[in-house]
Amino acid sequence: MFSTYLFIFLSAVAIFSAINVLLSKNPIHSVLYMTLTFFTLAGHYILLNAQFLAVVHVIVYAGAIMVLFLFTVMLLNLNKEGQFSKTNLMKFIAGIAGGLLFLLLIGSLKSFDVAVVSNPELTQIGLVKNLGTILYRDYLLPFELSSILFLSAMVGAVMLGKKDKI
Amino acid sequence: MDIHFLTYKLSLAGGILLLSLLIAMYATLLERKVAGFFQDRLGPNRAGTFGLLQPVADGLKLFMKEEFMPANADKFLYILGPSLTMLVALLSSAVIPWGGNLNIGGVDYSLQMADINIGVLYTFAVVSIGVYGVMIGGWASNNKYALMGAVRAASQMISYELAMSMAIVTIVMTTGSLSVNDIVAQQHGFNWNIWTQPIGFLVFIVCAFAECNRTPFDLPECETELIGGYHTEYSSMKLGFYLFSEYINMFIASAMISSLYFGGYNFPFMDVLGVSPNWITIIGTAVLFIKIAFFMFVFMWIRWTLPRFRYDQLMRFGWKVLLPMAMVNLILTGFFKLLFK
Amino acid sequence: MNQNPKIQLTNRSKVVSNKEMTFMERLYLPAILKGLYITMSHFFKKEVTIQYPEVKRPVSDIYRGLHVLKRDDEGRERCTACGLCALSCPAEAITMVAAERTDDELHLYREEKYASIYEINMLRCIFCGNCETACPKEAIFLTDRFVASETKRNAFVYGKDKLVEPKDAPIDISKRQTAEVKTFKLDKSKSHNK
Repeated sequence: MFSTYLFIFLSAVAIFSAINVLLSKNPIHSVLYMTLTFFTLAGHYILLNAQFLAVVHVIVYAGAIMVLFLFTVMLLNLNKEGQFSKTNLMKFIAGIAGGLLFLLLIGSLKSFDVAVVSNPELTQIGLVKNLGTILYRDYLLPFELSSILFLSAMVGAVMLGKKDKI
Repeated sequence: MDIHFLTYKLSLAGGILLLSLLIAMYATLLERKVAGFFQDRLGPNRAGTFGLLQPVADGLKLFMKEEFMPANADKFLYILGPSLTMLVALLSSAVIPWGGNLNIGGVDYSLQMADINIGVLYTFAVVSIGVYGVMIGGWASNNKYALMGAVRAASQMISYELAMSMAIVTIVMTTGSLSVNDIVAQQHGFNWNIWTQPIGFLVFIVCAFAECNRTPFDLPECETELIGGYHTEYSSMKLGFYLFSEYINMFIASAMISSLYFGGYNFPFMDVLGVSPNWITIIGTAVLFIKIAFFMFVFMWIRWTLPRFRYDQLMRFGWKVLLPMAMVNLILTGFFKLLFK
Repeated sequence: MNQNPKIQLTNRSKVVSNKEMTFMERLYLPAILKGLYITMSHFFKKEVTIQYPEVKRPVSDIYRGLHVLKRDDEGRERCTACGLCALSCPAEAITMVAAERTDDELHLYREEKYASIYEINMLRCIFCGNCETACPKEAIFLTDRFVASETKRNAFVYGKDKLVEPKDAPIDISKRQTAEVKTFKLDKSKSHNK
């Protein structure tokens, strides 16, 4: 009962802040609304008894990535008007691209079979022990491959940062 | 969820909240006293005996000060900044085990707010969102010095979080649990983690200093270059919140250091004392607070000894010294764990 | 710069070298521990603080503090408003307005001319004591009292109400006005008294 109300509240906040990411004039506000969205998503994870996922979500997205976003946006000073050209052609192209994405989402939702979990509080999959076991036993190869991908991305970033010295 | 359980948890939460506020309050006095003694002075001693009423006077003064807001500040975010900092500072006390179990009337009462199975990660998440209060406040003041302070705070915290998490991961490796309660319980007696993890401890304490924005890492509020850093434009109790949350952070950081590396509420010879478990718990809590007080003293000791880093030194130290050190420690720990399995 | 390297202003100067640090030095930990030891040794040192209103720092007998305008033995003001103190004052802190004594004021003022207004701005005063030296009537003296703190600048301009010594509580200046000083000052053969 309580969790249902919580779910409704979290969803409302999530949708509200997600819309505000797009609507707010100030890019800093956009970033902060996005952070709020991430927090509500973390709340949803907790409602699904996936505490590990929730905390990692907060650490990685809200705690690191969004801070970097905020960092960059603060330094860029995007408040000035006319940073982007808003010609009619641009609006048209943007409308088509956004509409296509929207159609795609609706189409995929239509064919998507919603798995109804009768009692989300009792699923144990989101707990760190089960998640770790599954990651390191059943999905070891993809896991290690993705870590190699991350490593190469990091090395690449360092290379880009040192470009002028080579 | 019965009403009994709810009252117990609520009173515990209220107690911890009041306690952290009280300790932070008197930490400000202790800081000034310690600074005084280190500089052959006496420190504040006019308000009450030994200046015991000084924090009250300071708080009162902050409340009475004029509430000033810059004309072009972002009003909502300007207020949100210090509130968020305070909130986040108080959040992390939830997972620290303040003692063992108290047995009252046949029921065990744990002196920990929430024994969640990812306690270490929880504190880590809270620490990582702690930077938002500083960043938002610094940006919303619409002042270049405040912005510089905010930007410094953000980059510093992100850099030192990495090494800190590496140090915590080694602890998790030796313990095999992410719950702070398990980590503390496993250091029973004198079997503290500091004996097995000296390098990890060193990395952790340095990162704790950096995360609390304490000297020698107090570059975000570096007054010689940035006036007051991120809280340049703040006045009255909003400034008070920023300053106060620093002391709460210090308290929590000391509690984390004591819990993770110095056995938390465990103390030597706790099994041979021959008193009832309730007494062991009470003594354990007292011992934990002695440890916390000691580490808060160390925080102040370092502050009044070392000068501030230069910014490039700070970054170089974080990325090129601490992170490799933590990684080597991680690999060594893994190696030893395999060797002595 | 320094032609003769043997001549130095201080014997505590150190030659700075930019040599590579050894590994132990680059660890910084020994240096940090040493610093911590130094601060800790200061922690147990005796505090140098003097807690002012309760404990007063001993001052010399001829300390130059707050001025006093003396009265003579019959309780009359000695000052004759000659203006020598104001003239000698390097900080120009003294102002005065002279007035003529009337017959019913004989018991108030020793001389025929007196200062109806006598003000010293304590913010300007540098407590050099020149006024005391200049005074031919032994009227103004500096004492070992302090100028109290105030919250308004105007309050630092001390008038006669604060400067003239009260009749019932004479201020002792015998330490600074020894017999030798007095004879020296009143010696008519000396050039300064001609």
